[in-house]
Amino acid sequence: MTATAESPAVGEVQAMTVTLRILRSKPEGTDEHKPGEQYWQEFQVEAHATDRVLDALHKIKWEQDGSLAFRRSCAHGVCGSDAMRINARNRLACKTLLKDLNPAKPIIVEPIKGLPVEKDLIVDMEPFFASYREIMPFLMTTGSAPARERRQSPEERQRFDDTTKCIMCAACTTSCPVFWTDGQYFGPQAIVGAHRFIFDSRDEGQWDRLEVLNDKAGVWKCRTAFNCTEACPRGIEVTKAISEVKHALTTGEI
Amino acid sequence: MTHHEYDVVIVGAGGAGMRAALESSQRARTAVLTKLYPTRSHTGAAQGGMAAALANVEDDNAEWHVFDTIKGGDYLVDQDAAEILCNEAIDAVLDLEKMGLPFNRTPEGKVDQRRFGGHTRNHGEAAVRRACYSADRTGHMILQTLYQQCIKQEVEFFNEYYVLDLILDQDPQAAAPGEDVSVAGVVALELSTGEIHTFRAKSVIFATGGAGKVFKTTSNAHTLTGDGMGIALNAGLPLEDMEFFQFHPTGLAGLGILLSEAARGEGGILRNSEGERFMERYAPTIKDLAPRDMVARAMANEVREGRGAGPHKDYVLLDLTHLEPAHIDEKLPDITEFARTYLGVEPYTEPVPVYPTAHYAMGGIPTTVQGEVLRNNTDTVKGLYAAGECACVSVHGANRLGTNSLLDINVFGRRAGIAAAEHAVATAEAAAFPDDAAARVEGIVTRLLATVGGSGTERVAEVRKALQETMDRNVQVFRDATSLEEATRVVAELKERYKDVAIHDRGQRFNTDLLEAIELGFLLEIAEVVVAGALARQESRGGHYREDFPTRDDEKFMHHTMAYATGEGVRLDTKPVVVTKYQPMERKY
Repeated sequence: MTATAESPAVGEVQAMTVTLRILRSKPEGTDEHKPGEQYWQEFQVEAHATDRVLDALHKIKWEQDGSLAFRRSCAHGVCGSDAMRINARNRLACKTLLKDLNPAKPIIVEPIKGLPVEKDLIVDMEPFFASYREIMPFLMTTGSAPARERRQSPEERQRFDDTTKCIMCAACTTSCPVFWTDGQYFGPQAIVGAHRFIFDSRDEGQWDRLEVLNDKAGVWKCRTAFNCTEACPRGIEVTKAISEVKHALTTGEI
Repeated sequence: MTHHEYDVVIVGAGGAGMRAALESSQRARTAVLTKLYPTRSHTGAAQGGMAAALANVEDDNAEWHVFDTIKGGDYLVDQDAAEILCNEAIDAVLDLEKMGLPFNRTPEGKVDQRRFGGHTRNHGEAAVRRACYSADRTGHMILQTLYQQCIKQEVEFFNEYYVLDLILDQDPQAAAPGEDVSVAGVVALELSTGEIHTFRAKSVIFATGGAGKVFKTTSNAHTLTGDGMGIALNAGLPLEDMEFFQFHPTGLAGLGILLSEAARGEGGILRNSEGERFMERYAPTIKDLAPRDMVARAMANEVREGRGAGPHKDYVLLDLTHLEPAHIDEKLPDITEFARTYLGVEPYTEPVPVYPTAHYAMGGIPTTVQGEVLRNNTDTVKGLYAAGECACVSVHGANRLGTNSLLDINVFGRRAGIAAAEHAVATAEAAAFPDDAAARVEGIVTRLLATVGGSGTERVAEVRKALQETMDRNVQVFRDATSLEEATRVVAELKERYKDVAIHDRGQRFNTDLLEAIELGFLLEIAEVVVAGALARQESRGGHYREDFPTRDDEKFMHHTMAYATGEGVRLDTKPVVVTKYQPMERKY
């Protein structure tokens, strides 16, 4: 055996027992619950303080209850699959460490709010992606394309850097109290998606996009609650982006 | 069950799948079937850059890029394919820029470029700035940009449709050499309903990504379970060069989360417990920017010889502390955040614990440079294409250079999309779709659902964990006959145990328990092929290092491995390497 290449552990962290209180639902129902009815279930898992909430969910699924349903993929905060409401705040399960949650108390895990719940922590993302599609999230230009790259100065590139980081996890949109109550509102993510192009010096579609956002379902619904900025796992200043869009609409200047 | 008919069906919506879809959907009626929402694909986790000899910041040309790719791949690269990759690289980057990709810029407003491992000026003289990038989230920007263009072009997606079978008009192994074998379509499970769908098509493109989850320590997503490769193998098609798996040097220690090579491209240095810049001993010219296989081996060797850092001396250190914090924030914001979030380490002031992590399959479904899938060394399957990590063109040979995979998905995704659409347009009717095409998939799903509450004694997670642990222990950076025989034995045992797995979710809708059980079946099959190829290849080349055969043996092994699944296990064959200009030389950096 040449076993020298095993993965190492950084330091040793004490194991502990953590309680997760999960808001569940089964589309087909269970013996005790009607189809789609939401109910709470508690699980205890052995975990380390440095484990992610996703690790704890996996332990439940893999060792206790295989029917627990949630989405996940990359497990390090870049694919946007596992946004959920953890201790009453939207976060990515793979980017939230148990030690940051006071694991002495039960950790409350719910599906993100404002989108139809499909099963346990899985929601229907289609309305969210539909809003994104509406703001025409692609570069619009006129005239013939240059032979080489379009020029853009580092300063022009920096102007919209923040909103290029969006991973479309929906943590912002589903933290927004206006979105919860008003089914028409695009929600913050669609405005972030529009901002990314409106302030790109290469784009010529900004006024088409601003017109969409000036609509009754658009930016004017925002009540600057700042929930979205707090919820963003990528640290995007969502509320600031929305106010920049509002400012462009008010002044006609980009 | 619902039946669909399309000209072209693309399986997978990462970079290769969506780049193919942009071409195909302009020319033919195209459907994209994807296990994940497109924006969740693992292309989005790629960080450092995309190689192209734009020469925006210093002298460079495609020929130097071709040479570096071949040498980096330890001469197992098909050189005609490498020429295409590097020559088309420039347009591939410019195309993305015109689609809106927000590259970092030079002061003159051009696409900026930086150094990366194994990319050199004038055949190895010094590191060259060839990687076009967007901070350390280049893959994210590529995935987003391609998805945005797919929205613009109204590409038809079937999100969360898990393709489980490939339908051909005859058994590709029973068919005589030269005889036509054609694709007829695919069978998929709609995850949100549990319904089985059949898709008949004139052309099918597989762009299903990698299989990193055969290992425990990996940079790969949970969903990268080698599905497309496994489906191809089950359909009687070969897999090429699967023993060549890349271990990326800088995974976060203990976690495997990727820290881009861009960290070293921007000046980061690897140090052992003595603070020594040990790569000076292993690659005196380009040091920390040597190709990944060499750096990963050097790191593992430092640890083995007792110069590892940390309480257990089991990792090395990536030192960025000499870089300006502002420079780190501008060029490496995401990876430094990973170090803070997951290890509690502040890269401004502390070195980051790192260790090699399973990262990339150089091998895959063998294709021609048009993306056509081969059923043996020479015959293609009519209408079947593959691109991206699931495919093997082979442009990466025995070791892929960093930034060549984002390039691969764009160049060969595009080529496969065009070829598949042109084939569909030229084909009057798709091959006949058998009435019982879905029977195999129905059988798998029914069998697994019937295990709920039954007598099955094995848990999916336990079998998977045992597989991943044996692969990490025996088939990682260092391998030998003893370790590989041990892996062979364990994988065979786990395949037996897999027959007894029981799942716990009886539901039809979003049954992710069922999904994981099916994925495990693919992982076991892929692992078997990886180990069989590694055992047979009694030499060391690129990412495959045999301690009992520590040198490259061009006499006996200058060929690709072609692995076929048979009733009696894996059958191995060989395929010649295409050499155009560059004869194998000793690989020094």
